[in-house]
Amino acid sequence: MRLTFAAAVLAALSLTTAALAAAAPIVMTLDHHRFSPAEVAVPAGEKITIQLINHDPATEEFDSHDLKVEKLVTPGGRATFSVGPLAPGRYSFMGEFHPNTAQGHLTVAAGR
Amino acid sequence: MLAALLIVFREVFEAGLIVGIVLAATEGVVGRARWIAGGIGSGLAGAAIVALCAEAISNALAGVGQEAFNAAILIAAVLMLSWHSLWMSRHAREMSGTFKTLGRDVAAGRKTLAAMAVVVAVAILREGSEVVLFLFGIAASGGESLASMAIGSAGGLAAGAATAFALYRGLLIISPKRLFAVTNVLIALLAAGMAGQAAVFLVKAGALPPLGDQLWDTSHVLADDTLLGRALHVLTGYADRPMGVQLLAWSAVLVGLLAAGRLATPKPERRGAVAA
Repeated sequence: MRLTFAAAVLAALSLTTAALAAAAPIVMTLDHHRFSPAEVAVPAGEKITIQLINHDPATEEFDSHDLKVEKLVTPGGRATFSVGPLAPGRYSFMGEFHPNTAQGHLTVAAGR
Repeated sequence: MLAALLIVFREVFEAGLIVGIVLAATEGVVGRARWIAGGIGSGLAGAAIVALCAEAISNALAGVGQEAFNAAILIAAVLMLSWHSLWMSRHAREMSGTFKTLGRDVAAGRKTLAAMAVVVAVAILREGSEVVLFLFGIAASGGESLASMAIGSAGGLAAGAATAFALYRGLLIISPKRLFAVTNVLIALLAAGMAGQAAVFLVKAGALPPLGDQLWDTSHVLADDTLLGRALHVLTGYADRPMGVQLLAWSAVLVGLLAAGRLATPKPERRGAVAA
């Protein structure tokens, strides 16, 4: 029973890892409380994986109501999360702890 | 200073709404001050621990540790709120009178006070850990002097706590007879909202299907990130763009608690018979 559970968890984890590896993640960095790149274009209808690397000495929370994400990134740390599949449109995101500078948009283009 | 004030206010405000309802729901219960204070204390201690372990939590479970952790503590709070709500309904007959008898009756079953202390602790732990991380960040960045940061945080804390107190005192305007019925509905809504949030975190962790990423969009009417939107989000589970599974968890808990409460409440005629 326990072994089966462990095997299932392992299988699920390797599936997750495979899924993360399959789609190349969009890499974004935080420097001086600004996202780089702050404008990202992604295709519609696909699950998007984002990897955020924090170069600041402060924790940030990637926050987006549009994308339904709240994800903490520790100083010098990185966070990986996925969004979508998304409908065409413009989705805003920000760093909750430094909203004056940490702002960005994800633009989902129509068609393909 | 303003940044610290706004962030601290927002987090204290959100936790404060929950504490305000818990205070109103336990009004008149003997020994509640100690339990609620204990909940606040453990919440603060927990917030510091969670903030210190943020990196470890975040990296746990293949990177979805933060989501799993949030879902777990929210589900714990939902269970505690449900237990309290059902226990109170079952004992509504004995409590139909005044606060005085309420105090005596509930003194016999202190258990649900422990449950409410857990709810308070969870609320403070969640919002408090964000405050700690934010303040650590400002201190580490050195952008602001410690004095200005402290003044801003104290202002935010005071304003947030004042809102919680206002909600609590506002609810007490309701006549003692009806207060129980009102707080029972508020507790059910609170639990339903938390269940919905937990479902969203589980979707983010890959443990549940979203069942529709966005059922509707009312962000142009009332956006989640406005102060009123946030308040309704905490109090009732309002979401401007809800997921299917979020609505499902929300309605299941709300309907379940209200129906179970009704079933558990002794019939009115029996109450009359006992009184006569």
